[in-house]
Amino acid sequence: MLYREAGQFKTTYEADMAVFPIRQDRIGLGLIILAAFLLPLFSSDFFIGTVMVPFLVFSLAAIGLNLLTGYTGLLSLGTGAFMGVGAYACYKLTIAFPEVNVLIWIVASGFFSAAVGVLFGLPSLRIKGFYLAVATLAAQFVLEWCVVRIPWLYNYSSSGSIDVPTRTLFDIAITGPQATPTTRYLVLLSIVVIFTWIASNIVRGRIGRMWMAIRDMDIAAELMGIRPLQTKLLAFAVSSFYCGVAGAVMMFLWYGGGEAKDAFNINLSFNILFMIIIGGLGALLGAFLGAGLLHLVPIFLKFGLPALGVPIGGETAEHWTHIIIGMLIIFFLIVEPHGLARLWSITKQKLRMWPFPY
Amino acid sequence: MLYNIFIDPFVQMAQMPDLLVQTLWEGLVAGVLYALIALGFVLIFKASGVFNFAQGIMVVFAGLTLVGLYEKLSPSTGQGLGAFLALVLTIGVMFVLAWTIERVVLRPLVNQPDIILFMATFGITFFLIGFGESIFGGSPKKMITEQLLLPTGAIDLNILGGRVIIQKLDIAAAVIAGLMVAGLALFFQYTRIGRALRAVADSHKAALSVGISLNQIWVIVWFTAGIVALVTGIMWGARSDVSFGLSVIALKALPVLILGGFTSVPGAIVGGLIIGIGEKMGEFYWGPLVGGGIESWLAYIIALAFLLFRPQGLFGDKIIERI
Amino acid sequence: MSGAGLGKGDELLKVENVSLRFGGVKAITDVSFDIRKGEIRAIIGPNGAGKTSMLNCINGFYHPQEGAITYKGIKRGRMRPYVAASQGIARTFQNVALFKGMTTLDNIMVGRTLKMSSPFFWQLWRHGPAMREEVEHRRFVEEIIDFLEIEHIRKVPVGKLPYGLQKRVELGRALAMQPELLLLDEPMAGMNLEEKEDMCRFILDVSSQYGTTIALIEHDIGVVMDLSDRVVVLEYGRKIADGTPDVVKADQKVIDAYLGVGH
Repeated sequence: MLYREAGQFKTTYEADMAVFPIRQDRIGLGLIILAAFLLPLFSSDFFIGTVMVPFLVFSLAAIGLNLLTGYTGLLSLGTGAFMGVGAYACYKLTIAFPEVNVLIWIVASGFFSAAVGVLFGLPSLRIKGFYLAVATLAAQFVLEWCVVRIPWLYNYSSSGSIDVPTRTLFDIAITGPQATPTTRYLVLLSIVVIFTWIASNIVRGRIGRMWMAIRDMDIAAELMGIRPLQTKLLAFAVSSFYCGVAGAVMMFLWYGGGEAKDAFNINLSFNILFMIIIGGLGALLGAFLGAGLLHLVPIFLKFGLPALGVPIGGETAEHWTHIIIGMLIIFFLIVEPHGLARLWSITKQKLRMWPFPY
Repeated sequence: MLYNIFIDPFVQMAQMPDLLVQTLWEGLVAGVLYALIALGFVLIFKASGVFNFAQGIMVVFAGLTLVGLYEKLSPSTGQGLGAFLALVLTIGVMFVLAWTIERVVLRPLVNQPDIILFMATFGITFFLIGFGESIFGGSPKKMITEQLLLPTGAIDLNILGGRVIIQKLDIAAAVIAGLMVAGLALFFQYTRIGRALRAVADSHKAALSVGISLNQIWVIVWFTAGIVALVTGIMWGARSDVSFGLSVIALKALPVLILGGFTSVPGAIVGGLIIGIGEKMGEFYWGPLVGGGIESWLAYIIALAFLLFRPQGLFGDKIIERI
Repeated sequence: MSGAGLGKGDELLKVENVSLRFGGVKAITDVSFDIRKGEIRAIIGPNGAGKTSMLNCINGFYHPQEGAITYKGIKRGRMRPYVAASQGIARTFQNVALFKGMTTLDNIMVGRTLKMSSPFFWQLWRHGPAMREEVEHRRFVEEIIDFLEIEHIRKVPVGKLPYGLQKRVELGRALAMQPELLLLDEPMAGMNLEEKEDMCRFILDVSSQYGTTIALIEHDIGVVMDLSDRVVVLEYGRKIADGTPDVVKADQKVIDAYLGVGH
C-alpha cells in the first residue's frame, strides 16, 4: 500500500528521465545508503572485514564486467587480469610517488587497466562471441604470466608477494596494516557509491544506448551510424577501468598485499562472470545482487551452518559451495535468464498494482 | 636481439635434430589430447549449438569416476576384472550424466540464445567439480594404466646423432585417438542416427519437422561426448595424475576450436596438432628469450593472430552476413 | 547536410551497372536506375530477385564487384555502413531488426545518436551539456512518437510488442535519423489491412511533411502502384522494367514475371 505512484506527476523530461522516477524508490535508496554508512556502528569488525568489504569489491568488479558483457554483449573471461593490472599499477604508483594521496592512485590505476583492456579488445572488430572469449583468455594468461615473470612488478621481493604500504587520508590510515576494517570499509563504500552513480549515468545516456544497440543487433546499429569498433573499444576501456579500480581496492583495502599473484587468476574471472549471470546481465543492481549471493553462499556454508549446529567441515563446505553455485546458475538461467535483478523489477511491478493486479 | 628471435632457434633446430624431433613428438602428443577435448566440444556444438564449457570437467569427472570405482571394486573382484568392470560402469555413469543434463538443463532451456546455454554449462562445470570432489575427494589420483592393459615404459630411439625417447603410452594414445575419430566419422556418415545428427546440426526446426526427436539426439550426442571425455581422461590421467587442476588446461581447447572451426571434426584434429606442436616448439626455442613459461598463453596468442586473418577458422566457410 | 543544394526532382542517387556476386552466385547483374529527390521509388520483383541485396548495396552493407553508386553527385568508394548513415541514408529491415532489450523510446533515441555530440566527460555526470542534449532530443523523439501514434508503448521493451507495432517503431527509429534517403524493406509484410493502411498513411505523410526521399520494397502490388511515383522491377537480379506505375503495369515482361509465361 505504501508503494504507490499515484499523484506523482512528471512535468518535465528531466524528471521522467531520473534514475528512480518513483518517489518511494528514491527514499528507499537513500535509506539503504545511509544504513550502509552507519553499519560499522552496529556490527563487528569481523563482519565488516570478511563480509562487507569483499562484497563491495566484487560488486565494483561485477559492475565493470556487466558494462562489457551485460550492456555491450561482449563476453570476457579476463576480468581477473584487468583487476590485476589495476592492483599492480596502483602498487607501483604509490611506491614511486608516496606523497600523492593513494585514492588518486587507485583511480589512476583504472586508466592503466583501461589501456590494457583496449589492447585486448582490438580483435573485437573482426571476431564475436566465443571467439572473443579467446582474446580475453589470452589477456588473462599473459598477465598471469607477467606477474610471475616480471620481478619489477613486485619490487623484486624474494617471495613474489607485495606488501601494501600504509597510506593516510586526513592523518587516518586507510591502507596497510594499521588501517581498521571500518575505515577501509567506509573508504571503499564511498568509492563504490560514486562509481555506481557514474555507471548509471553512462548506461542511461547516449553511450549506454550505443552499447545496447551493438549488443542487441550489431548490424542494424552500424546502419544507424554507430561505429562498431569505437563503441566496443569504449566499452572495453570503461569496463576495464572499473575492473582496474576494483583490483586496486581489492589489493589495498581488502587483501593488504600478500600472495597477489594468485589472487587475480582465472577463477576470479569466472566468479565475477557468475555474479553477473546470476545477478542479471545488463542491470547494475544485478552486480550487487549477484556479488552478494555468490559471496554469501560460501560464507554461510563455512560459518553459518556450524553456528546453527550443522557440522560441516571446511572441505565439505567448499564442495557444497561448488554444487550450490552450479545449481543456482542453472536454476536462474531456467527460471529467469535475466537474473535476480529482473525478478526484483517484476516484484516491484506487481507491488505497484497490489492488491488489484489488473 | 633479432638474431635471437629469427635465426638462432632455427640454427639450434638444424644443429640438434634429435631435440627437434623430441620436441615435435612432445607437441604431437599434447596436440592429440587437445584435439580429443576439442572433439568433444565439436560433437556437442554441431548437434545442439551448445558451446559446452563443461567438456574439460567431463574429462576429469570421467577419469575420477573410473579410478574411484576401481578403488571400490578391485578389493573384491581382483585387479583385471575390477578395472574393466569400472570401465563399463563409468560408461554407464556418463550415460546417466548425459540423460540428466538433457532433462534438467537442456530441455528447459531450448530456444534460448546461445549465450544462455553456454552459461548453463558453467553451472554444469561447477556442479561437477563439487559433486566429483565430494564423492571422490579432492586429492589427485593415479590412473589405472596397467590394469586397463595399456602399454607403459618408453622406447629409446638412437637416431639423428642423439636419442629420442618415446613413451609407449603416447603411441597408444595416438592410435586410440585415431581409431576413435575414424569410428565417429563412420558413425556420422553411415548410420541412421548419424544422419539424424547431421540434420539436427543444420537446423533444429527442420529436423523436428521431419520427425527427428531432438531430445533423443541430444542424449546420444552428450553421451558420445562423454565417451570421448572418458578416453581423454584415461590418456591424460596416464600421463599425469587425475585431478581437477586439469580443467584449466582444458581451456586450451578454445584456441584449438578457433583454428579448426567450431563445427569441423577434422578441424579439431588439425587445430589440436597445430596448437600442441606450436606451443611446445615456442616454449623450447623461443621461451628462454623471455624467461620461459610462455606455454601457458602461447596457444591463445597463436589463435588470436590466426583469427585476425581468417575469422572463420581453417575449415569453416566464409560467413555471409544477411539482414 | 551537404545535399541541401539539391532541389526536388534532382537526382539524389544513381546506380550504374551494378553487379553483386556471392562466390559463384549472382545476386544482381548489371542493374542501373536512379532515385530523384523527394520521390517515392518502389523496387519490386519476385522473391530472390535481388531487391534486398540492392538496398544492402545502397547503404554500404554489401560491396558490389562492378558498377558505381553515385550519391548526391559523388561517386562512392568501398565504405562501411555507418558512413552511409552519416550521409543521411536510413533503413528499415525485412525481418524487424530492432534492439530487442531496449524500450521503444530508447530504440528511437538510438536513431538520434549521430546528431548527439556532448563530450564523454559530461556523459559521466549526466549534467550540463549532456542533460540538455538528452532533453532536446527526447523532445524530438516524442514528436515522432506522436506522429506514429505509439505513445502508449513508449516504455515497453520492443521485444514484447506485436509485429505490426515493431514495424512502426522501426520506422520511427529510421525517421529519428532525419534521413534524406529512407530505404524501406517490405514495410507492410505480414500486416493486416488496417495496419497496412496506417503504414501507407505514415509513408505518405513522411514524404509530404518532411520531404524525405523514399525507396521501398513491397510485394503488395496494389500498395506499390498507389504509393509510388516510379517503379523499378527486378527479376533474377536483372532490371526488366522501370517507369511510372502505369507504364510498368502495362509492360509485357513484368506481366510475364508476375503471372508466368504460358507455354
